[in-house]
Amino acid sequence: MSKTVLRTDHVTMQFGGVIAVNDLNIVVNEHEIIALIGPNGAGKTTAFNDITGVYTPTKGRVYYTKPDGTEVDITGKKPSEIAKMGIARTFQNIRLFKDLSVYENVLIAKHLHLKSDFLSATFRLPGYKIEEAAMRADVERLLKEVNLWDLRNEKASSLPYGKQRYLEIVRALATEPQLLLLDEPAAGMNPKETAELTDFIRQIRDRFNLTIFMIEHHMDLVMEISDRIYVLDFGTTIATGDPAAIQNNERVIKAYLGEDEDA
Amino acid sequence: MNTNKRNIMLTLAALVVLFGVACFAQTEIDSYVRRIINLCLIYAIIGLSMNITNGFAGQFSLGQAGFMAIGAYMVGIFTVPVNLRADVFYATPMHPWLVNIYFPLWLALILGGILAAVVAGLIGTPVLRLRGDYLAIATLGFSEIIRIVITNATPITNGALGIKNIPPLNDVRYIFLATAISYIIITLLLNSSYGRAFKAIREDEIAAEAMGINLFYHKNLAFMVSAFFAGIGGGLYGALLGTVDPKNFLFTITYNFLLIIVLGGMGSITGSMFGAIIVTGGLEYLRLFDEPLEVMGVVIPLFRPGLRMVVFSILLMLCVLFWRHGIMGTNELTWDKILNFVKHPLAGFRKKGVQGK
Repeated sequence: MSKTVLRTDHVTMQFGGVIAVNDLNIVVNEHEIIALIGPNGAGKTTAFNDITGVYTPTKGRVYYTKPDGTEVDITGKKPSEIAKMGIARTFQNIRLFKDLSVYENVLIAKHLHLKSDFLSATFRLPGYKIEEAAMRADVERLLKEVNLWDLRNEKASSLPYGKQRYLEIVRALATEPQLLLLDEPAAGMNPKETAELTDFIRQIRDRFNLTIFMIEHHMDLVMEISDRIYVLDFGTTIATGDPAAIQNNERVIKAYLGEDEDA
Repeated sequence: MNTNKRNIMLTLAALVVLFGVACFAQTEIDSYVRRIINLCLIYAIIGLSMNITNGFAGQFSLGQAGFMAIGAYMVGIFTVPVNLRADVFYATPMHPWLVNIYFPLWLALILGGILAAVVAGLIGTPVLRLRGDYLAIATLGFSEIIRIVITNATPITNGALGIKNIPPLNDVRYIFLATAISYIIITLLLNSSYGRAFKAIREDEIAAEAMGINLFYHKNLAFMVSAFFAGIGGGLYGALLGTVDPKNFLFTITYNFLLIIVLGGMGSITGSMFGAIIVTGGLEYLRLFDEPLEVMGVVIPLFRPGLRMVVFSILLMLCVLFWRHGIMGTNELTWDKILNFVKHPLAGFRKKGVQGK
């Protein structure tokens, strides 16, 4: 069996009296595409924020296996430290660096691997120059690969909505992650765009050897590419399993459609 | 020759030409105008330094006066000739450890910058957790604390009497070189990967952090570098005036620099340079409003001392109302743009549709 990349152990997140995530146990294995679904307000994004260090879970731990195979406890670590270990994410409401160019947006994502300190960077010492050139070459290759090279000088905020979603994913890829968390990547996309995104997610998974964990509402996308699905409702995991099993799960249908009160 | 190299050569050439102008100004221009030029240059350094935190890293800090004071006092304490110190410290004698220590100006400037950066690091650790208005108030408070500590450390700083007899430096060449070096270093830093990280924090802190940028480290770095150059600017300011006094570093002076960067464009290096020249030069030019004016034998009543500030404020308000992002916004005046303008001087006036590539 392939190795476990991410594991949450009884993670609970409480905001005052509200339990946003309750006893969440998720296992994400290498090279899988896992989806986290659930009605609005089910606690999906909160779960993401617990994993990426934006919040510290009230209870429970989050474990992550680094590319070298060692498992570390990342509960409560800073988001920047977690990003350095190889977990990258996108946001539900796009968070690009709006006033910067497409190129700069992606180049900034390379900063976390920079080894030179600020003085060698300021005075352009040889070590920094080599690193900077390598960063720029990487970004050029990446942007060409995803067909954003022609748009490199555009301001991020001036891109059409769909391209902004792609750019956010590409920016996350530039951090050279092992695990990619996508928070509603297809939000606001039409069926054609969603189909393209489905292909894109598969492609990058294979091309960059990624493990993908995503929140999504578009069921066509979820059912088509997920290896396994977790369903949250009011913070509690109500079902897990492969797409076929989830589609026929009573509790999932109830959570999405509500109970039939007239019957 | 690629564009990058060409631009570097052009910048160096421009600096050499400007240095020539500075040498000319030093010998040919009277000392009043020289003082204004020097003040422009010093304000440009401090404006630039403030732009690092406020314009690039997006942290609204108002502590520049305090860091200037540290630099100025470093110059004040250590560059007064040893034999004149008894005259300066006539009320309370200078601390015996310091009486015989003398530094040349350049060393005092650098040490002042370093001390300002160290203090900024200490202040930044608690304060940079705050955001927006709260950060502004906290930095303002710390800048006043620095000033009050200086006022009360009488054996070192001569307290409220200030330090006089600093060898006056009304030398355009020296100050021009200091400004040029600061400008080059700041530009290099802001165009490096670290500068890009600053901009990322300005654009979106949460996204920047998710991209692996350590907020605390980078904010503190911006704050310390900013304080370093504010310290150097403050030192030059003290040397230009020939005297330092705690009242020179009231928090109100910080607003001059805020004005410079808002007018020039938050997040624009060249904008800060223009802002410094316009604010400092403009205030001098507007002095004609302070003098009585007679038109055809009638004395116009409004023209009296103080009117220039009214006029200046109105001009600023108009500027901020109609030109919200300042002169440059976050853009830079680059050689590419200048050369383009020289080649096609009318391109900017054509319709936007024609400009496309």
